[in-house]
Amino acid sequence: MKCEDVSRELIAYLDRRANSADRAVVEEHLKDCAACRSRAEDFRKLWSLLDEVPAHEPSFGFDARLRQRIASEPRPRWFAWLVPQPRLAFTMALLVALSVWMSRLPQENVASTVPSEEEQFQMIDHLGVLENFDLLSKSDVLSELPARAPQEQAPSQDESQPKGDGG
Amino acid sequence: MLDVKAGDEASFDLLLQKYRTPLVNFLYRMVRDSATAEDLAQEVFLRVYRARKQYSPSAKFTTWMFRIATNLALNSVRDNRYRRMQVSLDAPVEEDETPIQVPAKDMRIDEHMVERDRAELIHRAVAALPEKQRVAVVLHKYEEMDYGEIARILDCSESALKSLLFRAYETLRVQLAPLVAGSVAYRAGEGRPS
Repeated sequence: MKCEDVSRELIAYLDRRANSADRAVVEEHLKDCAACRSRAEDFRKLWSLLDEVPAHEPSFGFDARLRQRIASEPRPRWFAWLVPQPRLAFTMALLVALSVWMSRLPQENVASTVPSEEEQFQMIDHLGVLENFDLLSKSDVLSELPARAPQEQAPSQDESQPKGDGG
Repeated sequence: MLDVKAGDEASFDLLLQKYRTPLVNFLYRMVRDSATAEDLAQEVFLRVYRARKQYSPSAKFTTWMFRIATNLALNSVRDNRYRRMQVSLDAPVEEDETPIQVPAKDMRIDEHMVERDRAELIHRAVAALPEKQRVAVVLHKYEEMDYGEIARILDCSESALKSLLFRAYETLRVQLAPLVAGSVAYRAGEGRPS
């Protein structure tokens, strides 16, 4: 294994937080690599060195100052839920505007389908056709007509001529 | 924290007692100024208090708290850096702004300690690390957090965190080489770097 591959696990190996498999790999590499062995030793020394930086204790009045700041925090009011939040108010306004716009859309469509007064007058002209619309559109009513005799169905040449006296 | 959420003020005091010192310590190592560290720690507790009603135990409380602390610390460091950039070039150089001067190998360490405190050198070397590396080192070395929790605070994978830590310790090893050479090794195979 290369030094670069070992380097990632070296810190975890040194602080004994590497798992057993990684630990074995690093140990095997350190046996053969003097440079990594030296680096590992330096890291241990470095950690001892870092311990020389003293810790910083909080000052005596730390808690008192914090409690004072917490006491000056605005208390939640019982009617706070009534006060609209800016985001909520904006969303509500947007929804109202959208619903008003949507409610106008169908009305415009209905208005376009209602015939104008002029169109209604034109329809009266065709009232005769419209009254017999059912008869024209449904051909099954023809089947209710009585059947005629064959000779009647095939009229003679004379019968086909219109009678002058209306017989 | 769930008791605090339920309105138990005494539980908040317990949280304060338990996490006050590690939090101030963490922030001090991040910003290198005790007054700023305490102000930021107070801000963290205040934010925890304000957010107590919305708290959901999806993440560990310490992860949540140290994430807030990390963000505040990094913002403070950036603001401070920005303020320093605005200072006139004619202004006298503050002691804090001088480059890290590690004593030469042939120089006796006690000689160097006369002109500069050894701990301050180490502290400054840590502070000079890139932001993410610094957070990782402080949480790993001083707060002794496990890799999973540090990775969640830094929002990265455990594998990425291990690489990050290696790079950070490697930088420190080079920066503090003369001190490392004169230092006694951390007890080999003794476990966590504490």
